[in-house]
Amino acid sequence: MGFSDADLAALWLTFRIASITTILLLIIGTPIALWLARTKSRWKGPVGAIVALPLVLPPTVIGFYLLMAMGPNGPIGQLTTALGLGTLTFTFWGLVIASVLYSMPFVVQPIQNAIEALGERPSEVAATLRAGPWDSFFTVTLPLARPGFITAAILGFAHTVGEFGVVLMIGGNIPGVTRVISVQIYDHVETMEYSQAHWLSGTMVIFSFVVLTIVYTFNRGRKKSGAGYGL
Amino acid sequence: MAFNVRLNMSYSEFTLDVDLMIPVKGITAIFGPSGSGKTSLLRAIAGLHPKELYKNGHGHIRFGDQIWQSDTVFLPTYKRPIGYVFQESSLFEHLNIQQNLDYGQKRIKNPLPPHERDHIIDLLGISHLLTRPADKVSGGERQRVAIARALLLRPRLLLMDEPMASLDFARKSEILRFLERLKTELKIPLLYISHNAAEVTRLADHLIILDQGKIQQQGPIQDILASHKILNSMSDEPFTLLFGTVMTARTEHNLTEVDLGDALIRMPHHEVKEQAEIRLHLYAKDVSITLSRPEQTSVLNIFDCQIDSIEPPTENGQCLIHLCLKKTRIQARVSAYSCAELDLRPGQQLFAQIKAVSIVQ
Repeated sequence: MGFSDADLAALWLTFRIASITTILLLIIGTPIALWLARTKSRWKGPVGAIVALPLVLPPTVIGFYLLMAMGPNGPIGQLTTALGLGTLTFTFWGLVIASVLYSMPFVVQPIQNAIEALGERPSEVAATLRAGPWDSFFTVTLPLARPGFITAAILGFAHTVGEFGVVLMIGGNIPGVTRVISVQIYDHVETMEYSQAHWLSGTMVIFSFVVLTIVYTFNRGRKKSGAGYGL
Repeated sequence: MAFNVRLNMSYSEFTLDVDLMIPVKGITAIFGPSGSGKTSLLRAIAGLHPKELYKNGHGHIRFGDQIWQSDTVFLPTYKRPIGYVFQESSLFEHLNIQQNLDYGQKRIKNPLPPHERDHIIDLLGISHLLTRPADKVSGGERQRVAIARALLLRPRLLLMDEPMASLDFARKSEILRFLERLKTELKIPLLYISHNAAEVTRLADHLIILDQGKIQQQGPIQDILASHKILNSMSDEPFTLLFGTVMTARTEHNLTEVDLGDALIRMPHHEVKEQAEIRLHLYAKDVSITLSRPEQTSVLNIFDCQIDSIEPPTENGQCLIHLCLKKTRIQARVSAYSCAELDLRPGQQLFAQIKAVSIVQ
């Protein structure tokens, strides 16, 4: 026995949500991380705290507020309705938006740390060599901070795969649309299908273990090879 | 052509407030104790300080007919025609040496033709390093690559922030030699930070002395060094910098004769060309004093001098005596005991015996 069709659908759905979320987070999270790493503004603290909130809040709290915001009477819901998109609650894209917020710190923080560790010197050197800000970001900052970006992408993906509380609150349990692996496992347990639950849970354990092993091995190798900058 | 820098900017507790006219040729040294604002000044010229630091002051930088900075203009660093060599290694670690050299070159409109590029790479002695990763070359080599990388930009002004601070003595003299060759071969004006008096007197044509964010003195090095106080504050061992022309490179007795304008000085033979303009260091400890002209002495150089002033004795019983040799001013260090015994006074005529003098350039 192995995965049922419903299990495979849940795996595929989870994979799609996590991939799209990771791509969106790299696009949205990089400027935020860059700003947090470089700014001397007094807003650095509050913005950093907002980004980090999902680390400490119960997922149900995030899910609850997103449900309110995306619902027909919430600001996001009214906006999407006005744009003719309807409400996003209990939809695929609603889950993606929720995942982006929920996994934000796992992407922003590694990138921010990597850029802070680089310091401003490489960008300054690039500027004295005639590279403008975009040029310098893509040819100097990005390659030098690449380990941070890879860690960010892996953690963002893995964390999105594992979400449960937020999904239940705003996605519910619609097969192929919002029924992700964690919800599917919950369903199996509810209906006493323990062997099915074992298959999926075991897959998750192995997946998470492999991902974390990659991240830690990678980061250790990086320290050894001295990806630091300067002398 | 004029290069004018007027700045008033502050951050944390520090204020830099300067008004400079810098010559657009030769080597200008920025000299001063640490914390005097040397690096801040150089960074300001490069445009590396954020605009906000000028909000309570002003920043005006004009380079020839180009305005780099004014109340309304702020040319970003990457648009200023400069080359910048940072104090510590600034090579991009994700690129190899060749890629580091190419980085800036690829971004300018008229890159140097290949033979001139090769000339610079040879001049800095780095042609054997081109395929190495940036983290696999030594400290001295890194700085030479950084200098070459800056030169390949064809800058109209080269800025160097103590490029040798982190290097040992051997590496340092190696780079000094390269800088001297740059000065004569490439003719790019160089603005150079140093807190090493020997380096400054060896290289600089023009001197800016900075203290606590303010200009103490600026001008041609001869004029500034005429004031002995400054020179002595620059060095542990008091010395005078003399400018001369080689009269005879090698006499029949294997001596070199240098005309100082006011006197002819003789020294053991040095490899110099006749008529070459050279610089000499004359240390106060190498000058002694006699009241009557010594006869039958082995000392080669004995000059008629007048005492200008005598500094009070130091803790170890030494007096520094400032002497005038016509218009040339030199210093002698004698013991406080001899000073009293000979009853030395300002205005007195006497003889200075010069035991040693060294060529610095």
